Amino acid sequence: MKGGAEGYGVGRSVRRKEDDRYMRGKGEYVGDIRLAGMRELAFVRSPLAHARIGNIRKPAGHEDRVFVAADLIGVKPIVANSGLPGFKSSAQPILAHDKVRHVGEAIAACVAATRAEAEDLAAAVEVDFEELPAVVDMLAARMPGAPLVHEHWGDNVFLESRVEADLSEIRRTAPVVVRRTLRTARQCMSPLEGRGVVALYDRRLDQIVLHTATQIPHIIRTGLAGCLGVSEENVRIVAPDVGGGFGYKGMLLSEEVCAAFLARHLGYPVRWLEDRREQLSGNANCREHHYDIMAYADRDGRLIALDAAATVDTGAYSIYPFSACLESAQVASILPGPYKFDAYRCITWSSATNKPGLVPYRGVARAGVCYAMETMIDAIAHAVNKEPYEVRLRNLVQPEDMPFDNITKKHFDSGDYPECLRRVVEAIDLPAIRRKQKDSADASVRIGVGFSIFCEQGAHGTSVYYGWGIPMVPGFEQAVARLTPDGGLELRVGIQSHGQGLETTLAQIANEVLGIPVERIRVVHGDTAVTPYSTGTWGSRCIVMAGGAVATACRELGQRIARIGAHLLQVPSGNVQVGKGLVSSGVASVRIEEVARTWYLRPQELPKDVDPGGLEVTSGYKTVRDTGTFSYAAHAVVVSVDTEMGDVRILDYALCEDGGVLINPMIVDGQVCGGVAQGIGTALYEEMPFDDHGQPLATTLADYMLPGATEVPMLRIDHMQTPSPYTAFGQKGIGEGGAIGPPAAIANAVNDALRPLGAEINQLPITPHRVLEALAASRLKVSA
Amino acid sequence: MKPAVFSLEQPVSVAQLMQSGEGRIVAGGQSLGPMLNFRVAQPSHVISIAQIREFSLVEETEDAVIIGACVTHAAIADGRVPDIGKGILPAIAQGIAYRAVRNRGTIGGSLCHADPAADWLCTMTALGAAVLTLRPDGGRTIPLTTFVLGPFRNALQPGEIVQAVRVPKASPEARWGYYKACRKPGEFAHAMAAVFLDPARDIHRAVIGAVGGAPIVLEGSDVRIESAERALLQSGLDEIGRIMQLAALRRAMEQAA
Ligand SMILES: Cc1cc2nc3c(=O)[nH]c(=O)nc-3n(C[C@H](O)[C@H](O)[C@H](O)COP(=O)(O)OP(=O)(O)OC[C@H]3O[C@@H](n4cnc5c(N)ncnc54)[C@H](O)[C@@H]3O)c2cc1C
Repeated sequence: MKGGAEGYGVGRSVRRKEDDRYMRGKGEYVGDIRLAGMRELAFVRSPLAHARIGNIRKPAGHEDRVFVAADLIGVKPIVANSGLPGFKSSAQPILAHDKVRHVGEAIAACVAATRAEAEDLAAAVEVDFEELPAVVDMLAARMPGAPLVHEHWGDNVFLESRVEADLSEIRRTAPVVVRRTLRTARQCMSPLEGRGVVALYDRRLDQIVLHTATQIPHIIRTGLAGCLGVSEENVRIVAPDVGGGFGYKGMLLSEEVCAAFLARHLGYPVRWLEDRREQLSGNANCREHHYDIMAYADRDGRLIALDAAATVDTGAYSIYPFSACLESAQVASILPGPYKFDAYRCITWSSATNKPGLVPYRGVARAGVCYAMETMIDAIAHAVNKEPYEVRLRNLVQPEDMPFDNITKKHFDSGDYPECLRRVVEAIDLPAIRRKQKDSADASVRIGVGFSIFCEQGAHGTSVYYGWGIPMVPGFEQAVARLTPDGGLELRVGIQSHGQGLETTLAQIANEVLGIPVERIRVVHGDTAVTPYSTGTWGSRCIVMAGGAVATACRELGQRIARIGAHLLQVPSGNVQVGKGLVSSGVASVRIEEVARTWYLRPQELPKDVDPGGLEVTSGYKTVRDTGTFSYAAHAVVVSVDTEMGDVRILDYALCEDGGVLINPMIVDGQVCGGVAQGIGTALYEEMPFDDHGQPLATTLADYMLPGATEVPMLRIDHMQTPSPYTAFGQKGIGEGGAIGPPAAIANAVNDALRPLGAEINQLPITPHRVLEALAASRLKVSA
Repeated sequence: MKPAVFSLEQPVSVAQLMQSGEGRIVAGGQSLGPMLNFRVAQPSHVISIAQIREFSLVEETEDAVIIGACVTHAAIADGRVPDIGKGILPAIAQGIAYRAVRNRGTIGGSLCHADPAADWLCTMTALGAAVLTLRPDGGRTIPLTTFVLGPFRNALQPGEIVQAVRVPKASPEARWGYYKACRKPGEFAHAMAAVFLDPARDIHRAVIGAVGGAPIVLEGSDVRIESAERALLQSGLDEIGRIMQLAALRRAMEQAA
């Protein structure tokens, strides 16, 4: 942490400005918005995973309050194509008409004074279905003869991609070969606040105003205008306080389009608040991967080659804007992890199935990829009879290699990966655990230790994204810095802050540049009417991109302040400095407040050559290279496994992460903790199972298990701070990292505990049932 | 997830209750509430018995404690109700759900709801408890072993409600054990077993709950793993489910040993 007299700039654990309202229950969420004449929406949703829709009968006497596809005149489906060769396009209807492709898909919208009455109406709508066989499993979906989600495709593959390499020589000669097939569960992203919209039509401005719980207001405006067939100036998106996102709020919803249309059509505001059942059983999911991987190594455990086939269960529709390609494209490009090796082959498929679409969730594909790669590293370690951490050390990119271009051309910007791993090996006290394991070899509750290490690309920009050809490509990030007449500072940014603490960290950055007190700095975000265009909050990009933009805009503003200040001080403008809230020249100084008053209220005192742009600056920012920052972390965990009941408990958890220069270390720790909680969910709890007909089986939080306070241990967090050479302050994106490491580390720990019993689990989450199943299978093997 | 329309009546005495019409009883609402919201239950009339004073009373006799149907899990957990001995009732109540649910959920509601994985269902069966019912023509006593007919099905007749639960007191020498396996503290159990040994009263009983239907009761010399194994084969649980149940039983037996 930074020393010095002023305690609010970069590197200080400043208390979060936004917490005053969050902690007191005074946030303003979509659900808090009340508008005169507002009505509620409820949707008729498909009870079937795959069916042709026949007649839809509206309840008699209520025809004008029930809307089906044919009533949405001029509305186009949501299309999110990728430019990658061979990508097959899907059209997600706003209301399904010819066919439903997953349970929960909206078929009709019902409007009433209260939600309960809207649900009464929805229950009275009759829909004739002709049920079709459903395709539920992503591997079965690829088989010839599988039912087709989109008939005209001829198969169920959104995209197949290949990273090719000739491995024939290696196959013949590699001394060590290990193979694993692995599966991760379909998860439901579960922010505390679900999705929700309040839509109204502003006649004066001829503008649809959509208040929506989103991470990406500007992208929603672009997408929504396209679906409604209106110009973007006729749409305003407002994201008020948003109760967590994690990717779930990084997509355009059919409900958003429908509500926006209805508000204009009906002339009164309408509201839809997603309930837990809709969230769990109807809207997009995440994370579902399957891997079949072979790793080739030498007898020391040095990785020679990786040969992988990966499938992503992408569900029925390509979701806007990230599309059905992003997850699998990520898998192929990041599977090699933080390791250095020379031969890599990877085939990926994005399967279409009769399930809701799939969107990137905190860490995007990385949680699954890290789990897969780190399982392989452990497998190699056991094949060569070494400690898994030793095999990791042998294969990691070394600090002297940095910056390093890996086998998939990822440009690792900086860091010392081996040191990071060594720190957690020490923190967890590996020798002590190995001793304990020996002493308790016969116990029914066994302990195990596991490690994982990964790097996380954040703030990747144009050069990375345009290649995927999806509807959204990040370019320059802009910020507005505007001095108020009484010397306060307004920052306007196009990202959205929903738990990341950006109202504080961006203020810290402005404080670092201008010295204006943090409490006089207001960060305005989430409203397309008043903020510059941005692709929004995703991909661990905000502190780098919005932070860089704020710094750039503040520096430019500083120059304008300096010029006026110098004039007031009667010194040449080259002789002044701006900082600590002052313009100073030697011992003489004038407060920024005075400068602001002069510009706004006493223009007669301004210098002749004053910048007519005044004290309001919009400026754009890109990192020195746009290949992204690479933060990284190592996780170490000790678990106990009850071999009679199958329960897994986390006994100790230590991690070390390098986020470059930390703008606010306290907030970083918070991000890491929250991410780890979600990673524990991926590892041990969260799973949305479907039956053979595509019915979701965990439609309440009694069945969909989320980790809670009793499941998340105290974490021991260590930091390294290797500056990124490419960012404004050396900061790196770390928003997602916490969620990436736990599944791999915990699975390795469980398997470490089970190994003496000959059992191994290769599927997430590791439930008591799966633990006992693996043990039963190993007993069968032994007795056979 | 909003309930369909219904009317609500809130009698404050048994006398008033007897005047009220036909309707679905709600006590703590911790099971019925979600069912209403999901519209799994769509009663047109609901009668809340939570305000009826008589149903929150507890009476202690020489050999039993009679707990009003509307006594909450929290009241029992906090020891605001006389125990039957050995600290059994508070220990069990403390492990039910979360505090917020315990504050409202009632012992009567839990038994009537007859969720196979409910704590009271399993433990009250082990303790040899019975429900005391109320109906226009008087009432009756139904031992728990015959009260639960199957999952979410009880032996009450239309218009009959549970007014109290009679739990026999344990002898000073009695021993008991209770083990339940949950994914998280407060979640419903996926395996549970209660063992109650009270030789002075000639009781040797083990009960396995969360089996999908009425609990499995093992008496006397059948309080053994082998008997449980046999009984579980009939339960419809898969092999892993049976392994878990046996492990839970073993642990409950160890506690009671
Ligand atoms: C999140 C959550 C977790 C839970 N976890 C557990 C757990 O771990 N273990 C556990 O055992 N339980 C658990 N429960 C259930 C809880 O214990 C409920 O309190 C209990 O099942 C029902 O009691 P109630 O008073 O709320 O009944 P209500 O919901 O009011 O009623 C339930 C049913 O019983 C009927 N009924 C109620 N009282 C009477 C009466 N006196 N006579 C006739 N019929 C009556 C009602 O008509 C209804 O059909 C959980 C509940 C929730 C919401």
